[in-house]
Amino acid sequence: MTVNTRAPRRRRVPDGHLALPVPGGRIPIPRRGLLVGTIASSAIIVVAVTALTLGDYPLTVPEVIAALFSDQGFASRIVGEWRLPRIVAAIVFGAALGASGALFQTLTRNPLGSPDIIGFSTGAYTGAILVITIAGGGFIAVSAGALAGGLATAAVVYVLAWRNGVQGFRLIIVGIAVTALLSSVNTFLLLRAQTEVAMSAAIWGAGSLSLVGWDQIAVTAIPLLLLAVGTMIVIRPLRQLELGDDAAHAHGVRPEPVRLLVMVVGVALIAIVTAASGPIAFIALAAPQIARRLSASAGIPVAGSAIVGAFLLLAADVIGQHVVPGSAPVGIVTVVIGGIYLIALLVNEARRQL
Amino acid sequence: MTAPDTRLHADDLTLAYDRRVVSEQLSISIPDQSFTVIVGPNACGKSTLLRALSRLLLPSRGEVVLDGKAISSYRAKEAARIIGLLPQSSISPEGITVVDLVGRGRYPHQGLIRQWTDQDQDAVEAAMLATNIVDLRARQVDELSGGQRQRVWAAMALAQQTPILLLDEPTTFLDIAHQIELLDLFADLHSAGNTLVAVLHDLNHASRYATHLVAMRDGRVIAEGAPREIVTSTLVREVFGLECRVIEDPATGTPMVVPESRAVRTARA
Amino acid sequence: MLVIAILLVTVTMLSLMIGARDVPLRVVWETLIGISADSDAETVLGLRIPRTVLGLLVGAGLGVAGALIQAVTRNPLADPGILGVNAGSAFAVAIAVGVFGITSPPAYLWFAFGGALVTTIVVYLIGSAGRASISPARITLAGVAIGAVLAGITSAMVLADPKGFNAMRAWESGSIADRGWEVVAVAAPYLAVGLVLALLLGRSLNAVALGDDLARALGSSVPSTRILAIVAVTLLCGTATAMAGPIVFVGLMIPHLARWIVGPDQRWIIAYSMLLAPILLVAADVLGRILLRPGEIPVGIVTAFLGAPVLILLVRTQRASAL
Repeated sequence: MTVNTRAPRRRRVPDGHLALPVPGGRIPIPRRGLLVGTIASSAIIVVAVTALTLGDYPLTVPEVIAALFSDQGFASRIVGEWRLPRIVAAIVFGAALGASGALFQTLTRNPLGSPDIIGFSTGAYTGAILVITIAGGGFIAVSAGALAGGLATAAVVYVLAWRNGVQGFRLIIVGIAVTALLSSVNTFLLLRAQTEVAMSAAIWGAGSLSLVGWDQIAVTAIPLLLLAVGTMIVIRPLRQLELGDDAAHAHGVRPEPVRLLVMVVGVALIAIVTAASGPIAFIALAAPQIARRLSASAGIPVAGSAIVGAFLLLAADVIGQHVVPGSAPVGIVTVVIGGIYLIALLVNEARRQL
Repeated sequence: MTAPDTRLHADDLTLAYDRRVVSEQLSISIPDQSFTVIVGPNACGKSTLLRALSRLLLPSRGEVVLDGKAISSYRAKEAARIIGLLPQSSISPEGITVVDLVGRGRYPHQGLIRQWTDQDQDAVEAAMLATNIVDLRARQVDELSGGQRQRVWAAMALAQQTPILLLDEPTTFLDIAHQIELLDLFADLHSAGNTLVAVLHDLNHASRYATHLVAMRDGRVIAEGAPREIVTSTLVREVFGLECRVIEDPATGTPMVVPESRAVRTARA
Repeated sequence: MLVIAILLVTVTMLSLMIGARDVPLRVVWETLIGISADSDAETVLGLRIPRTVLGLLVGAGLGVAGALIQAVTRNPLADPGILGVNAGSAFAVAIAVGVFGITSPPAYLWFAFGGALVTTIVVYLIGSAGRASISPARITLAGVAIGAVLAGITSAMVLADPKGFNAMRAWESGSIADRGWEVVAVAAPYLAVGLVLALLLGRSLNAVALGDDLARALGSSVPSTRILAIVAVTLLCGTATAMAGPIVFVGLMIPHLARWIVGPDQRWIIAYSMLLAPILLVAADVLGRILLRPGEIPVGIVTAFLGAPVLILLVRTQRASAL
């Protein structure tokens, strides 16, 4: 056995990480996560540029790039006002959904514990249906109703799940109970409504980016930016919480306030997206697990989930618009994604047991 | 009795879970730089006391005092830099590597302004060296054996670099070789000047390693002091309800409890 | 036991009496035994009798299915509604009706069975993890996720075909109104087989409740118990959903009530569930008729409102163990 005489290079950060120098030390960045993030971001750019070329007035890639950066008249209008906002929305909303899912799945320690399954989307839907059936609906009113509905549902679920603290398990079950309740309320309201009203509510309920323009993006931009900052603040205590309440407490993290904060940030992320575009299912469920598997990381990477979520939503929207004959709302495409994801999950589980 | 100048002591505690009261008017003082071990039968309140000392459980009455101030008045991270805890059960996130998990123990020393520094790196390396897991550093914690995993958790607690370390039944589920290995590690830590408070279920291990032994029953402290002074067959009978003989441990000279066998008892009766 | 029988009869009578037009007890009795002269009452009762019978049968089916699922998965929070079994069954029926245009009950009943079977197997795959302890949260979430996928696909189909929209709406929420005798007549025999099978499985389920290893040590065949239980659940949920659409929480609440009355013996739990569940379902249906007179709330919605608080209460009082 040869002895390695070369002096070991002094490690500056834990194995498998890159050091990002900041004032006060360095931030360890997981190497593989960085790689996956870079690849995924490139994929997003490719899909985005492709999407900008597609539509009733096809353009070539050079034309698109020219139209983006200089005034090309009609082409710039198509790209800048019709197509780009939708793509930006898909990326931003997808990232928010992915991040929200990552936060919740880490909090509940369950890969299925995503906010749309636990019920916040259903509450938002209830709020929207109420506004549509009572007030006739207009974008702002419906969005406000959805936001209120989602947040109220989250508050109710939290309070009901609280018993000397909130455990992931209780949170999930209470969420399911409340979802079932609200889901039947929704069905009931739709049953009693006139067909046209029910239809327009159902359309909203399918989740679509077609009504999202620069105005809507502008309104959601600031809250989402604040929430992005909030997410970054909350990640480190959340990582400690992953180790169990006792270990987290021993490290100086107060479990309950952190859990509450994580839930607030997570719910706010998905509520804003739902308010702007209707409930979009399964991005929050699938993106975190896909990100985790790709980057082979410890726990669920929040940044990675955001990037994967952005990619999934963008891809889903492009598919819904250009691949599906007759164009389908993005929410329907994500349901199919969700179905495939669940089947893959099942096959995985089945294979593990046989 | 209570020495008011110890760093960590508890005054007149009432400890309860929901409605169930575990201890009342419990006072205890942890001698500085001692290796204190708390023993007692199941459900005697030893783990509860440890949890109170580590801030995990808020006493309904009385307070735990650290460095002259009530422990509840400390900011969470502040306290975490002075008192560390190796909990009984912890969860390891799926897919986490050993070196990452040990690194999580550095959290109390970090913040928005102070990210990962050389001190953190050194603390992690030293902790892994002390617990003999350096060659496991890239392995996933899920794949390790029970004994190895416990050493990783111990390393995480060590990386926290606290002068006072609380250990909640650290040797459960370990085979005897690993139990002794871990206890020897703690003894080394103690020799280096740290204060250790451990809950152990094995009375003989406790007698061997403790410099200060606390025997509890039904939420009360029955006796405390150096093992040589307090471990007698009378004490064992009173605390555990077990008939025994106490002899001198041939290896260390500390008291060793040898339970009486039934044949002997029947013969005597 | 006597109390239960009395409640059953009371609830049945109430169901026949109460509605948009109340029929007095005396007239109900006379119509039943065939000596009434009131033809209006006859018409009304002509609708209510099948409705009540349907309610009793569907209730029994769901209650026992819930008891079986809870026993086999060792999960006290399982319910064929939450676990998506009923959603899968209803989805299959919606496909039969909406896509294939099948409207005769004997035909779409088989779709209902198919849907229930597939979803139950899916739940079984995720739920029975051999040595590892079954995670209640994981199965429940899987069921919810499956239900969400199915709901999404249904709404996609609905948006694509607005005419089918109204027909589908009927299958989104459980209701026992206006279903008619045909479905009952066709489905009842299968339901009966399912109930008998469930009763016979009681003893094996007692063994399974102790854990796979111990059950095997006691001589019980765990795989065959599970398979028979799946068959029974398929029959019960398939028929219940084919008759009434997806109904949640009946299978959750009733086994707990039965256990509270009669203890942990599965044989008794199943027997009592068979009697208690119809009471709940018919009572819920009656409630739905009272609350919004002269309109009605479909029974599936009433059970959701009754069951959600029960589920929340259950999870709050049970010491929630690890996932």
